[in-house]
Amino acid sequence: MLGTGIAKGLVETARNFFGSYVSRDRLTTVEYPEERAPQIEASRNFPFLVYDGDDWAAGLRCVACQICEKECPPKCIFIEKSKDKKLDAVGKPQFYPTVFNIDVSVCMSCQICVEVCPFEAIKMDTDFELSTDNRFSGLLWDRHRLAKPNTYYHEIHPTEAAEVDARLAEEKAKADAKAKAAEAKPVPAAAGATPSTGHGASSVE
Amino acid sequence: MILSANTTAQATDQIFVSVEHWLVSHVPSAIQPLVADIISVVALLAVFASLFAVTTVLERKGLGRIQNRYGPNRVGPFGFLQPLADGIKSLTKEDIVPLAADRTVHFLAPIVLVLAAFTMYAVLPVGHNMVLANLDAGLLFFFAASSVMEMCIFMAGWSSRNKYSLLGAMRAIAQMISYEVPLILASITAVMAAGSLSTATIVEKQSGFTGILPHWFILTPWGFAGFVLFMIAATAESNRSPFDLPEGESEIISGYFTEYSGFKFALFFLGEYIGMFAMSGLGITLFLGGWGAPLSFLTWVPSYIWFFAKLLFLIAMFIWIRGTLPRLRMDQLMNFAWKFMLPLALINLITAGLWRFIPNDALRWIICCLMVVIPYVLLGRGMAKGWKLEKRTYRFAE
Repeated sequence: MLGTGIAKGLVETARNFFGSYVSRDRLTTVEYPEERAPQIEASRNFPFLVYDGDDWAAGLRCVACQICEKECPPKCIFIEKSKDKKLDAVGKPQFYPTVFNIDVSVCMSCQICVEVCPFEAIKMDTDFELSTDNRFSGLLWDRHRLAKPNTYYHEIHPTEAAEVDARLAEEKAKADAKAKAAEAKPVPAAAGATPSTGHGASSVE
Repeated sequence: MILSANTTAQATDQIFVSVEHWLVSHVPSAIQPLVADIISVVALLAVFASLFAVTTVLERKGLGRIQNRYGPNRVGPFGFLQPLADGIKSLTKEDIVPLAADRTVHFLAPIVLVLAAFTMYAVLPVGHNMVLANLDAGLLFFFAASSVMEMCIFMAGWSSRNKYSLLGAMRAIAQMISYEVPLILASITAVMAAGSLSTATIVEKQSGFTGILPHWFILTPWGFAGFVLFMIAATAESNRSPFDLPEGESEIISGYFTEYSGFKFALFFLGEYIGMFAMSGLGITLFLGGWGAPLSFLTWVPSYIWFFAKLLFLIAMFIWIRGTLPRLRMDQLMNFAWKFMLPLALINLITAGLWRFIPNDALRWIICCLMVVIPYVLLGRGMAKGWKLEKRTYRFAE
């Protein structure tokens, strides 16, 4: 008969209406600024630069090889290589980026920079609250703003960070052994995982 | 003791009337009628505009709950100050008038719409002795004012010089004129029973009680059918879901008020809700006994409280329907008006006449119920014949 479907629909909406007051399962809304959904480990949003130790400038893993700059599809990375070399955390002289800028408004979060980095220096962040009131300097992030410690990396992507640390430690041990064999002089080991030359460590996955 | 309780109840019932009389008594007798009217108009404007504000929050919260979400809950306690924020927002927004628009008509449309919507309240009895103008042809006046709203909608759509606006306006005209026919035919039954076009008289005719049940027209077979037909047509008249084709957001970008922004947009919104309240108010007046109490032992509750309780109930029904039904297609809408509602309304006129002239009480109940149910079932079956669901084939888009 005409109207039975409408009656069924009305019953269903009434059930939703009253059900949302009694059943928490129906009301799935997470009221964002006060409540937050638990973070998903695999989530990624925007790249950051990993540094080891406490000093961001000294501990930066990046050696300004500019592979990410070349690979970046929307060309949002800008790197200037240093003229001089400085000792990295291991004590090995390396170039370092005097300028490392990423334009947040251009980045498309594709993670290709992370895939191509041979030094495990650039990783994906999960921070999504990037709004700013300045559309020029607020969106162009320099290396200081991009630098975040390895402990933070462990915090947001624990599994991935553990894998990366294990790989770096293995490479470092290999390099140490090689150096020992060549010069019979040990390199002073730094605390935690430190990058050495890192040949072949091309991707995280 | 009973007498004094009775007089107290009567005093509370008539408190607004007495206050107005007291206020008016302070001015010279020459301008007393004018002052009385101004006071009533201001009261009506204030009450129904604030009812609009409350309804927008209730509607958004109700729809939210129907869709298993919270709805607005940020501004003020439980989000009840949301209309204030919305009002400030629409007041501070830029008023954009398209370059090609007919500026005068474009400007007039929302204003006349709100004026026409408020004019309808002149004949609406919101309480005992609380009707602004007790016209002999009150119902006629009401429908005349409501048809001005249609004209405003067409003014808005035409003057905007926008294809969506014009499409929305054409749809609105087609829809509102079609549904005005069953709307008026359904309300004629109440006029037939009451023997008057005056809204106050129609309410008074329904104010008696048999046992504890009131003499509302909805409690008769023809009254029930008339009320349902009236409310369906009123939904279409006030452009509400599922008859919101004139302003279908997903197809013609809110139709006739596409080119309105800022406070003019808010005025359209206001006019639409005010029109909806007025239509509900007329439905209450014609079929739900107006300001009368629903049970005989509840007559001590003031009459205006009953009116607004019924109004809020109908608003809740409107919200519930809006949360349930999807929008109709244009041909479905027209078929429904002309092939289903119009025959039912015409048959209902005969039913109302028979109800009046069949002397035997049991016999008239049986005959009138059959006369309501049988056409409904048969016409419904006829409507459903064309509704076979089949796989749609496309000629050009694949």
